[in-house]
Parts: sequence; C-alpha cells; structure tokens
Amino acid sequence: MKGWKGWLPWGVVIVLLCIVPWFLKAYTLFILSFSLVNIILAIGLNITLGYAGQISLCHAAFMGIGAYTTGIMVTHGWSFWLSLPLAGLIACFFGTIIGFPAIKWKDHYLALVTIGFNIVGYLVMQQEKWLTGGPHGISNISRPSIGPLKLASAVSYYYLLLFFVILAILSSVWIIKSKWGRAFMAIRLNELAAKSHGVCSHHYKLLAFAIGAFYAGIGGSLFAPLLKYINPESFTFFASFEYLIMVVIGGMGRIEGPIIGALIITMGPEILRVAEAFYLIIYSLILILIMLFLRKGLVVVVDRLREWIPVLRLTKR
Amino acid sequence: MTDLIQLLIGGLSIGILYSIVAIGFVLLWQTSQTINFAQGEFVMVPMFVMVGLHIVLKLPFWLSFLLTILASSLMGYLFEKLMIKRLLAGGVIVIVIATLGLSAFLRYGMQITWTPLTLFFPHIFSTEPIKIRNVVFSSEDIWNIVIISIIILLLHLFIKRTKLGKAMQAVAQSRETATLMGINVMQIITLVFVLNSILTGIGAIFVAPVFFVRYDVGVQLGLKAFIAAVIGGFNQIRGALAGGITVGLVETLAAAYISTAYRDAFTMILLLLILLIKPEGIAGIREEAY
Repeated sequence: MKGWKGWLPWGVVIVLLCIVPWFLKAYTLFILSFSLVNIILAIGLNITLGYAGQISLCHAAFMGIGAYTTGIMVTHGWSFWLSLPLAGLIACFFGTIIGFPAIKWKDHYLALVTIGFNIVGYLVMQQEKWLTGGPHGISNISRPSIGPLKLASAVSYYYLLLFFVILAILSSVWIIKSKWGRAFMAIRLNELAAKSHGVCSHHYKLLAFAIGAFYAGIGGSLFAPLLKYINPESFTFFASFEYLIMVVIGGMGRIEGPIIGALIITMGPEILRVAEAFYLIIYSLILILIMLFLRKGLVVVVDRLREWIPVLRLTKR
Repeated sequence: MTDLIQLLIGGLSIGILYSIVAIGFVLLWQTSQTINFAQGEFVMVPMFVMVGLHIVLKLPFWLSFLLTILASSLMGYLFEKLMIKRLLAGGVIVIVIATLGLSAFLRYGMQITWTPLTLFFPHIFSTEPIKIRNVVFSSEDIWNIVIISIIILLLHLFIKRTKLGKAMQAVAQSRETATLMGINVMQIITLVFVLNSILTGIGAIFVAPVFFVRYDVGVQLGLKAFIAAVIGGFNQIRGALAGGITVGLVETLAAAYISTAYRDAFTMILLLLILLIKPEGIAGIREEAY
C-alpha cells in the first residue's frame, strides 16, 4: 500500500455502500444485504480453497450450523450477541472435523467427503424436528439491538452487516499476511516443499478448514435474523456449489476475488431476471464462458481496469 | 426371506444402472483428471432424444436407439473439443465449475425448450412379474441386469484386449510416458469422452423407464453415480461396477428395513466409512490403471 492513498478507493466504495441503502427499494436492499452475508462466506471459503487449496463443498452446511445456532438460541430468549461467537465456534468445530479427511485426500475424494457431509447435515436439519423444526424451519428470529439501539429495520441491519463485512475483510487480510497465510499458500503451491521447510501441513490444513468454517458460521448467524426465518433449503449442497462458484468466478487466492464473486453471483441473477425464463440458461452460459476465457476470475478484469484508470492504480494489486 | 430376495433383485437392478453411469466417471477421471458434474445430464439429454425420436416422431425402436447413441456420442465429442480441451490446463476446480455450469445449462435448456413436466417412457421389456416359488420380481429387472452386465463385460474386453484399450490404460498411467511411446494422448482423451457418452446414452435407454424422463433426473443420478465410483474405487472399471451395485443395494435395503427418510444418509455414511477404512474403494487398487 502506498500510504493512506492506497486505501482511498476502498474508502470510496465503503462510503458509497453507506449512502446507497437510503435510495433502494425494500427488495433491492434485501438482495444487497444478502450479498453482504455472502461476501463474509466467500471470504471464508477463499481462505480454505483459494489460499490453502483445499476443496470444500460443504460451506453451506457450516453456514446452516451457524444460522441454526442463532435461530434456536434467539427464539429461546438468548441474546444474539452471545449466539454470534458461539455460531462461529460450533461451525469451526465441525470444520476442524471435516478437515481431517483433507489430511489424507485430495481433489475428487475431498470434494465428495465434503458433499457427503453437506447432505448428511441437510438431512439432519430436515428430519430432527425437535431441534430444527424440520422442513418448516425456525421462524420469528428477531433482530438484535446494541444497548438501547434497536436494529429491527432493514437499513439498520444492513449497517450491521456492512460493519461485519469490513471486519471480515480486514481480518482475512491479517490472516493472509500472517505466518498462517504464508503456510497456506506454501501448502497449495507445493505441499512437499512446504513440509520440507518445516510447515506442518496437517495442522495447517485443519486450520484452513476451521477458519473457513468460522467465517461461514458467523455468516450463517448473521443470515438468520436478516430473513427472520430459516429452513433447510438454504443450506443444500447446491448452495455450497454457489459459494464455490463465487470464489472461483471472483478469483481464487485474491482478497478482492470473493467480494466481486459474491456480489456478482448474488445480484447477477436478479439483474438477469429481465430475461425471464431464460435467465438460468444465460447465467450458466456466462459461467462456462468465464471459465473458458477468464480462468483466473473477474479480478483479472479489475486489474485491467486499474491499468487504464489512473485513480484505481493506487490500490495494491 | 422372500422379501429380502425381492429387495436384493430390485437393488441390484437399480445399482447396475448407477454402475454404467459411474464407469464413465472413472474413465474420464483416469485419462483426463476430469470430474464431470454434468454426467447426469449426459444421461438426461439422450433420454429426451430417445423420447423425441421414438415417441414423437414414431421411428422404430432400433433406429431411434441407434440415432440416440449417435447423438449422445456427438455430444461427448463436442464436450471434449469445445470445453475440456481448453480447460485441461486450468486444473480440477476450473473443470468442476465449468461442468457445473454445463449441467445447469443443459438442465434448464431442456426445461425451457421442451418441457418442465415428467414424460413417461414405455418399458422396453415386459414388466410381467415372474414368480419363482414365493419370490415375485419383474422381468425388466432381470433384463436390465443381464444386458448391462454384458455391455460392461464388452467394455472390459475392449480395454484389456484391443490396442486402443491398451493405449487408454497407458494414458491413464502416465500421460508423459504414453506420449513418449508414440500414443496421441489428445486423441485417446477424445476417444474416452466419446466412449463415456456412448455408455451414458445406453444407460439412458435403461434408466428412462425406471426413473422417468424429466429435465432434472440427472441431478440425483449423477450424484449417485459419483458416490458409487468413489465407493467402488475411482481407478477400476470393476470398482465402478461394485460401487454402483453397493449403492443400489444399501439404498434399497436401508429404505426397506431402517428408515426411508435417512435413505440417502446411509449411502453417505457408507461413503465416509469406505473413505476412512479403504480410501481406494472396495475394488480399487492403489496406483494402477483400470
């Protein structure tokens, strides 16, 4: 970063995001809020997949664990602020368990183990009515308040989400720049070489899953009061595919990647709705084309723009 | 006891359908490290082609069957030429995303251009129940099991005995060495993609009367076949066969005896157990091709 100027474009984006909710319709604001939640989840997956190179196809299950933790606790009269860290920690616990297979397996095996976990998780959410309310899920999840300040309105909850998104971005930058982040990248690039330089790949793979799951748990916990209602359908393995797509389309292993990916994948379908029945076809076609011609993800486009527009050049690549 | 035998035959006949789709997964993974998440759609599309030719255009069965296989192999050929060839350098994740996209594209494309409804497909074989002592089962099940077994056997002989089959094995073991031995690797990969879509095309004809023809039939089928391939062993044709049959049997028996709601969970638990105890799969061999 070139001093304070490096942060300028980020600051402009944040100020814009602060102003924008006052001009949006209720539904558009909801979609924007939802994409903020998705940014938090995608940032988590980016650490597991983009930096540490471990395929995880159960991110939605971790999110579900977080969402149900908050949903159950809040409807039983506990404070949201207590449930939030707990949601993260419980998801983190399951993430660590799912990390164990990653020590042994790669690629399609790992993809499958994680899909398997997601399917079992979904079935538990759907069947264990005493805990999760079954297919009907949990409703009337009230939004939290900070002291006397109630966050019940859509706009105020949006600001809370924005605060957590900024927190998530900063914390992920911090993790990636730390010793952990360097170890993750070493494992992804060459596990053998990493090991021979004294990086215990077992520990770091578990850690990568645990951190990814923690972000997913927090994201899930924030998701529940946003909708005020959760059911198992939000946490199928298809949703996990969505998060995988966000990270890859945005650009794996880049800070901006998951942010761009989450925004585009959440809002894109809404914009494409003008195409009515064809929107899913167009959407999947765009996906294929991006993979064919922009393998590194949409951050490459941003990089190009940076070369053309001088103001953007200030941000670090 | 009679229940058990009936369930075993039913499970076996479902399982062998999973097997023929799973074998394609194994072939693709072996030669080109492709996880094809559109595998289920490669069964769904030929189903619709078959319906179009046989029921809508009223062509005779054998002709529409041949044309379906032809259309299916053309699809596999284009899939390799237009997509996979360009993506191979990008690694597993890029191919996963692209095939996920293709899967959605084919699925919703079929829904929009043809129908979101379930179409019925006439049974190829008589469904007349056969009764031996107290055990009753449909003759369709038996035909499915016999014919698909023969097809898998032929494929096995092709890979083990012919020169092309041996070239496939060589590519699976090491692309570099195969190239040095004068094998045109890209040509072999194309061949495997065509072979895969021929298999899914044949599979489609047998799957259609059982699962019915619907635009989203491929989702479950593809996933089950994928699980079957891993349970059985990702590096063996007989692994995919064993895996498919295991999944079919476990599913049927668990649904009948334990819990219908958790039917899919049992397959998953089996999968986790296999991966923990014998990660190379039931019939898989470590570090050896086919």
